[in-house]
Amino acid sequence: MHWTEVLIRYGEISLKGRNRKKFVDRLRANMKQAFRDLTTVKIKAERDRMFLTSDNETELQQAMEKLPSIFGIHSFSPIAKCEADLEAIKEKAIQIIGDDETEGKTFKVEIKRTDKSFPLVTGELQQAIGAHVLTHFPGLIVQMKKPEILLHVEIREEGAFLTSKVFKGAGGMPVGSNGHSLLMLSGGIDSPVAGYLMMKRGVSLDAIHFASPPFTSDQAQEKVLDLAERLSSFGAAVRVHVIPFTEIQQTIAAQVPNNVSMTTTRRLMLRIADLVRTEENALAIVTGESLGQVASQTLESLTAINEVTSTPILRPLISTDKLDIIKIAEEIGTYDISIRPYEDCCTIFSPSNPKTKPKLEKVVYYEGFTDFEPMIQEAVRNRVTYETPRSATDKFDDLL
Amino acid sequence: MIYFDNSATTQPEEQILDSFVEANRRFFANPASLHKAGKEAEKLLERSRQQILSILGVPEGELIFTSGGTEANNLAVIGFAHALRHRGNHLITTVVEHPSILQAFAYLEGQGFEVDYLSVDREGVISISELETKLRKDTILVSIMHVNNEIGTVQPIEKCAKIIHSNSRAVLHSDTVQSFGKLPVSLQGDSPDIITISGHKIHGLKGTGLLAMKKGLRPQPILLGGGQEGGLRSGTASAPNAVALAKAIRLTESGNDGKRFRDWRKRLIAFCGQFENVTVLAPEQGAPHIISLSFHSIKGEVAVNFFQENGIIISTSSACSSKSKQASHVIEAIQLPEKWKSGVIRISFGKNNKEEEITQLEQTLVRFIELLKRGQE
Repeated sequence: MHWTEVLIRYGEISLKGRNRKKFVDRLRANMKQAFRDLTTVKIKAERDRMFLTSDNETELQQAMEKLPSIFGIHSFSPIAKCEADLEAIKEKAIQIIGDDETEGKTFKVEIKRTDKSFPLVTGELQQAIGAHVLTHFPGLIVQMKKPEILLHVEIREEGAFLTSKVFKGAGGMPVGSNGHSLLMLSGGIDSPVAGYLMMKRGVSLDAIHFASPPFTSDQAQEKVLDLAERLSSFGAAVRVHVIPFTEIQQTIAAQVPNNVSMTTTRRLMLRIADLVRTEENALAIVTGESLGQVASQTLESLTAINEVTSTPILRPLISTDKLDIIKIAEEIGTYDISIRPYEDCCTIFSPSNPKTKPKLEKVVYYEGFTDFEPMIQEAVRNRVTYETPRSATDKFDDLL
Repeated sequence: MIYFDNSATTQPEEQILDSFVEANRRFFANPASLHKAGKEAEKLLERSRQQILSILGVPEGELIFTSGGTEANNLAVIGFAHALRHRGNHLITTVVEHPSILQAFAYLEGQGFEVDYLSVDREGVISISELETKLRKDTILVSIMHVNNEIGTVQPIEKCAKIIHSNSRAVLHSDTVQSFGKLPVSLQGDSPDIITISGHKIHGLKGTGLLAMKKGLRPQPILLGGGQEGGLRSGTASAPNAVALAKAIRLTESGNDGKRFRDWRKRLIAFCGQFENVTVLAPEQGAPHIISLSFHSIKGEVAVNFFQENGIIISTSSACSSKSKQASHVIEAIQLPEKWKSGVIRISFGKNNKEEEITQLEQTLVRFIELLKRGQE
């Protein structure tokens, strides 16, 4: 390691106008949260880029490893600093290029001379450094357009700054810069992916989960907390509200005919979610629904379910194929958690022949025999809220 | 009783025993079970695995818990020979390896693999140039121990790794059972690709051990069954065993007995130098905690008994070969002159040994040598 700082380039934020400062501040706050264990790493935010610095190389390296999962970063480059002296620059250049395979690679030196008092002009510098690098790595081929290795040298008064690498960031917008929403998190494959995609657009999340103990197990709930924890690694903590749902599910099973019970269940879930959303100051509800995947996800079903609220329901996966959803789930590390084999509340009382085209009047008619409102209020009141990421102290520490 | 047989086994440390008992009490469930208790045990098992891989410097690496060093060594040799057979048929090891390695290679020879054995010099060290000439295009596995269990020779394992990695596609396994905790052992940089660690040699428990390897390497399993340990080692996994091993490894890492041991070893080498009928098998590249001596024309067993009568436990060249009448394969390999061959004893230090015990050892040694002189006169 020769790096002394890391240059961070903004993604879409840099296209913003007057609100830019707000976005940059949010990104900085998210990074601070991600680096909370790395006490020596300092973040310096400028108008169009950011710098990480630290005297501790290991921590700087660890910070760099976290950067690819933080939304709002377009790309980043580790930078090596040395004296603004030709010999020192040459030596540094050899060191940082020497980390990589050079045989047969195309190469170019790019100079930025901010300190105009430096004795050599840009062209001379370019030649001197380029020639030195080429004698050391004879396998390199000089190419001006789109070289594979671009050695960038900037001469400032404080010293010379060199980099030869550009790493891709996660893109998107800093989480929290686009408001707050409530994610309906089931424990399946889709809903965590929907949450991830919203976070990528800058939306911070609370999650809501319906539990029906003793039919659903502690492990099913544990799984949901693990999913939320995974999501929280993308830049902002995710709280999970677990709703006790057993009584409502049993009432539905007893009161509503089998073939529309699924629609009623979803409608009640949505009503509960809407109340929690209001209490948690969230603006919208996010679901992992994808059109046509199951009976509750036909346009007719969605219409009948959606009738209970006018809150925006965001469905980032609505037109995504299942295989593509799985691919994202694998990439973001939620797939292995989602496929753990525990029943959730949606599957335990699920009818064998749910209506794919439920008639709204019928659903409303059957629901009309029971007053669900007090049960809904109680469920919201009795919710248990968990914080993720969960704290590091853990019951195994004394053993290990 | 003074205990100087730490290379055979070490006394389990109290806090490791406590962890083991407590983990058996709280997390006895089968980690493969679906219920909550099973999941907890699985989590504990994985936490232990992660802790060990982090200490070894390869958080992304692969770790298989085994019943000890022998199983891990068997799995390394047989498992990797079979897993890499599509690349070639040639294997290399040394003549001074532990029997759990040598017999595994002998078994593979029976299976049609070609094995080359590296010789050693008078101090038990292999030759890098011999390794270099024996490496071939179709060499798939090299196994070289880090520290010899009988005479303490340290093999130049980093140099071996460099030569092997730059001249062949072979993977390097190293039996680090005797070196882990005494010398730096990791899986980073110019290092072996696969290592064996045994719990009871580092104040942990018998029946615990592991095979750790760099990311992307996978042996073919030698135990078949329920597919535990990612299919690499079937048999009900034991979270308490994993905890005990992880704790032993952590405590070993934080301890620092190297300097103490080196001073004692130096002291004993100098001390023994004054007697004619004792020779020290003290390779210049020797591990700090092992020192082997040989007495002229007398059986090592006689010395072991005499020391025991005087309250000091030592062993003949190795516990594993101590019941055999012949000189061990290591003693043969270093071509110790005939008159010294049968009288080899091994003294091995552990963290519980104290300075005074070395003094007592010296005094007992003097008495034994005087007795020998009288007997031989």
